[in-house]
Amino acid sequence: MTLTLEDTLKWLHGFDATVTAQKAYLSELDTPIGDGDHGNNLARGAAAIEDALGKQEPADLTAALKTIAMALVSKVGGASGALYGTAFLEMAKASRETQEVADLLAAGLAGLQKRGGATTGEKTMIDVWAPVVAAAKAGNLTTQVIDDAVQATKPMKATKGRASYVGDNSIGHLDPGSVSSGYLFSEMLKAGVTA
Amino acid sequence: MSLGIIIVSHVDKIAAGVQTLISQVAADVSVTIAGGTDDGGVGTSVEKIQQAISDNKADEILAFYDLGSAKMNLELAQDFSDKPVHLYDVALVEGAYTAAALLQAGVDRTAVEAQLADLKIK
Repeated sequence: MTLTLEDTLKWLHGFDATVTAQKAYLSELDTPIGDGDHGNNLARGAAAIEDALGKQEPADLTAALKTIAMALVSKVGGASGALYGTAFLEMAKASRETQEVADLLAAGLAGLQKRGGATTGEKTMIDVWAPVVAAAKAGNLTTQVIDDAVQATKPMKATKGRASYVGDNSIGHLDPGSVSSGYLFSEMLKAGVTA
Repeated sequence: MSLGIIIVSHVDKIAAGVQTLISQVAADVSVTIAGGTDDGGVGTSVEKIQQAISDNKADEILAFYDLGSAKMNLELAQDFSDKPVHLYDVALVEGAYTAAALLQAGVDRTAVEAQLADLKIK
């Protein structure tokens, strides 16, 4: 299906509410293997998105995705801001050519890979984005696909990102960026966007 | 083309400290910094990095940073910048110091990069 402006706003409002509600949990996940600020950073990003969207109703899908990207880039202040911001920026660029959900998410994934230099199996948000994009392309994205991808990061050893500094000690912990990416895609499905 | 240096760190005092250190050997090199988040916390800010790039008196920038997410925000600022910005994956203190000393001595970017190659850590 195609992504509309209306669905995008509904999707991001849902994501912002979830991230804000799960702020403490996300930071808790980030404490043993990172710098313990993922929840706080994303909650700041969520507030910035709400603020930016509230100030001026975006004219179209591209404008909305770009507004979301810039709010994340300028207000989050960590890797997650640069990464989520880049993903939405790439989706905004791609949305000038296509509004297909799978194509937009694929553009977002390509942006993440370019910005972070990570690939699958390194215990990063790519481990959720890649299977989600694959499922979306095949037309069978479900909450099960999302949850399985998030859970699969638990036994992985981090070789990219801040968690890579703790090496083997990262094994057995869920990757915080994967958990928040899981929220992003679950909220997309909840907003009625199917892929 | 003049060459300047920017220092990007998760902590404002680290950025300021590196600036103090390298300015000792590079009185004539423009060194600007972006440390911490917009509200003074630990992290990096694209806006602060953009400001450091535009405040720098040089028209071409050599950028040094501390951890991975600083690099990502630097790359974002690089995408938005009109000035050429070159990033180096080297030890922050040693790399910035080496570049500063060489720029003060008037060497070109290629020569600086040849020296930096040995300090690559990531």
